[in-house]
Amino acid sequence: MTESFIGARIGRFEDRALLTGQGQYLDDIHMAGMLEMAFVRSPHPHALIRGIDAGKALALPGVHAVYSHADLAAVLTADRIPQDKGGAKFPDTTWPVVLPKDETCFVGEPVAAVVAESRYIAEDAAALVEVDYEPLQPAADCRDAAAPGAPKVHLEAKDNIVAEIRADYGDCTAAFAAADHVFAISLKQHRGAAHSIEGRGIIASYSAVGDEMTVWASVQTPHKLRNGLMELFGVDESGVRVIVPDVGGAFGGKNVIYPEDVMVAVAARLLERPVKWVEDRREHFLAAVQERDQYWDLEIACDGEGRIQGVRGKIIHDQGAYTMMGLHTPHNSAIAVPGPYVVPNYRIDVVVTETNKVGCVPIRGAGYPEACFAMERLLDEIARGLDLDRAEVRRRNLIPADQMPYEHPMKTREGTPTIYDTGDFPACQVQALETADYAGFATRQARARSEGRYLGIGVSNMVKVTGRGPFESGVVRVGRSGRVSIYTGAMEMGQGTKTSLAQICAEHLGVPPGEITVVAGDTGAVLHGIGGYGSRQTVTGGSSVHLAAIEVRDKALKVAAHTLEVSERDLELKDGEARVKGAPELSMSLADIAKALSGAKGYSLPKEVTPWLQSCVNFRPPDVTYANAAHVVEVEVDIGTGGVRILRYVMANDSGRLINPTLAEGQLVGGTVHGIGNTLFEWMGYDENAQPVTTTLADYLLPTAAEVPNFEIIHVEHPSTLNPLGVKGIGEAGTVPVAGAVISAIEHALEPFGVRIAEAPISPGRLIELIAAGKQGS
Amino acid sequence: MTETRKIEMTVNGVRHQLEIETRVTLADCLRHHLGLTGTHLGCEHGVCGACTILVDGQAARSCLMLAVQADGAAIATVEGLAGDDGTLHPLQQAFHDNHGLQCGFCTPGMLMTLVEFLESNPDPSETEVREALSGNLCRCTGYQGIVAAALDAAQRMRAQAVGLS
Ligand code: FES
Ligand code: FES
Repeated sequence: MTESFIGARIGRFEDRALLTGQGQYLDDIHMAGMLEMAFVRSPHPHALIRGIDAGKALALPGVHAVYSHADLAAVLTADRIPQDKGGAKFPDTTWPVVLPKDETCFVGEPVAAVVAESRYIAEDAAALVEVDYEPLQPAADCRDAAAPGAPKVHLEAKDNIVAEIRADYGDCTAAFAAADHVFAISLKQHRGAAHSIEGRGIIASYSAVGDEMTVWASVQTPHKLRNGLMELFGVDESGVRVIVPDVGGAFGGKNVIYPEDVMVAVAARLLERPVKWVEDRREHFLAAVQERDQYWDLEIACDGEGRIQGVRGKIIHDQGAYTMMGLHTPHNSAIAVPGPYVVPNYRIDVVVTETNKVGCVPIRGAGYPEACFAMERLLDEIARGLDLDRAEVRRRNLIPADQMPYEHPMKTREGTPTIYDTGDFPACQVQALETADYAGFATRQARARSEGRYLGIGVSNMVKVTGRGPFESGVVRVGRSGRVSIYTGAMEMGQGTKTSLAQICAEHLGVPPGEITVVAGDTGAVLHGIGGYGSRQTVTGGSSVHLAAIEVRDKALKVAAHTLEVSERDLELKDGEARVKGAPELSMSLADIAKALSGAKGYSLPKEVTPWLQSCVNFRPPDVTYANAAHVVEVEVDIGTGGVRILRYVMANDSGRLINPTLAEGQLVGGTVHGIGNTLFEWMGYDENAQPVTTTLADYLLPTAAEVPNFEIIHVEHPSTLNPLGVKGIGEAGTVPVAGAVISAIEHALEPFGVRIAEAPISPGRLIELIAAGKQGS
Repeated sequence: MTETRKIEMTVNGVRHQLEIETRVTLADCLRHHLGLTGTHLGCEHGVCGACTILVDGQAARSCLMLAVQADGAAIATVEGLAGDDGTLHPLQQAFHDNHGLQCGFCTPGMLMTLVEFLESNPDPSETEVREALSGNLCRCTGYQGIVAAALDAAQRMRAQAVGLS
């Protein structure tokens, strides 16, 4: 048995360049003759644009152009950004515009674009562009915006409702009528923006020779950007190439086509010079997508033992001013509530309403964290109402292992059945509880309390859809030098995708993973691809590479067997050659096999093989696969300051078979800390007029090293049955259950004050209020 | 408006003389005038720490300094950490070994902050490391690998120092 690369804790090949300052991120790219762009952004949440005067800006030395809506028609086929709409029927007014014609709909919306010799000059010039605005009444709060007669987000729209979603099955009316207990809660949920430390950024370069546009962009989905630009410029795949350099994180923020992307391409096309734009942090706050607000009203029905009979309720979801990426977030929130629990009857209605704020699209977790929080809050209600232990209530309701694969009565977003393929949810909870010494907590809590300290513990469970298709591309090629390369539509944004794919490929080709080149994110290298989001890449891209590598191996062995006049069965691939087992001097190098297959003279080939030592597989998983986890967290709350300290954090996570446990742990810890940010720190504030009020990282808090603990991770590996590697996604798994566990723990710590928490995030100031209210009430 | 000044500074031991607009930040000067793009910009308002470099041995946020303020200074950036033969600095090696980076965008700032910190505190506790890093934001790692790397590097550097003496 040769050493296995799959499952090995291999250090990343990406690291060296990044550690020595030799990485190449978007802003590190410089081109001869390159110009830079800056944007004139709307200071109003809602206003008519009466006129734009660029005279003073154009007079500034070093300024090359100022573009507004009127300039688009010269090169673009449309003034709205193309979207894969599928069957969606939305009001026309909700589709994002490239630049607004005469009405701006959120603070920070690009209204005009300035191109100059440098960013410094471009920003000077942007400040000189005079825009004549006529302010209009904004729709700020999504609850008000959903009401009849509310100020409209777009003047021409009928109202602010983008869509209404219903997720339901069973018979809630009957179940609630017959139930022993019904508990009701109202929740306010808020998640902020992506805040990758590198902002967005794009460079476009156009060559009239060949009518070709090359774009370098810091994005999650280069093929989507390519497709959008193709449509806008009216060219086909040969007319636009998108290349993604090193990406400094993304988390959902780089998964849509933005006006800034299109404008950089427009300028490059019109000026025939390379043009660059790099987002600064303020722009990220104003104009990069966010997940923001949801308001939930929920009821849960249960029997006398705390077994769930039904869940029903309503959500109002803040979609922002434009529908940048369909209804993924609100739809996920609507269907993900039951998660790992048996919920026999269900009905949730969502009103998706526009507001005069930047568009909402999925950020790491994509509506699942909100749904999980809602469910876990409901379970805590049952525990309180029936005076049961919170972990016990969960145990009674978790889907038993013997029911896997479990066909959930819920339909997926696509309307297909939801089937949890593998996993053991109760066992995950047991393992997490045991590791966290849940049983011993009461003693720890009592001891702390005798010292005047307030400790609490919280438990939550989650299921996350992962591995969304429809496919991902994986090309494995051996060049004439013998070098093995992988080309894929899957993306490297920090997860270690390149290393994982090299491990998978190396497993079959007898080449060390470090000697494999991985090209991810170049539409010129692989024509089709989907990209990085939704915890999908190892499932889809990994499986494609796995299958392609097997095909390449088989082909190499066939050619070598033919040349060496031995049986394929007697051959093995090792150290870059096909060798006869036990007689390694009888061998043929991968380079020679590749040469033979690429038309070199002097080689004879077996009849049935096709040219090239290469295989291209676009693996289409038959269905999505579901990761699951149980999180247990112990906190201490300072009742004087409202500060929350996480004392211990344990998670048992099942993402199926792990390709590289070290990288998997990196994803889980990073994802969990993102969840902690959403629970305790991150608040994208808007005032009552839809003016953003948190536009620096000093106002909008991200978690730092000092606020988070070391995490204890238990890997539970139930391989998925839906892909040849047995993997399930992991990128978002850490984020989903955090708020449910942490808020439960805080509430538990503050039980003596009767504190009840119905919101996330929760700040120290708010906790102090709740403690004071509790003291008064008691 | 575009007033310029002649300045001179040493970056990673190399002397540079340049004429630069007075309003250009030190970060932009390093990145775009000297081509040292290892120093990154995450916020340009002094919070994220991605742009951290050493100015005369002290950690500083290069987004909050003008290039002209560095006239006469000795500057160290991430590009100068590894040895001339390519041997990684113990911190760099420890970041690799402990999965202390994912996208790598915060990494140069983390490294430079820790270079200064470990010089003043060669045997820190985990809590001290976490405090020292609290001015550097990372969105990817959740900090666990970074903290482990810092402690690991401290140990390696102490062992090296003992070996040398
Ligand atoms: S870029 Fe200097 S602190 Fe963020
Ligand atoms: S590794 Fe991505 S921000 Fe730290």
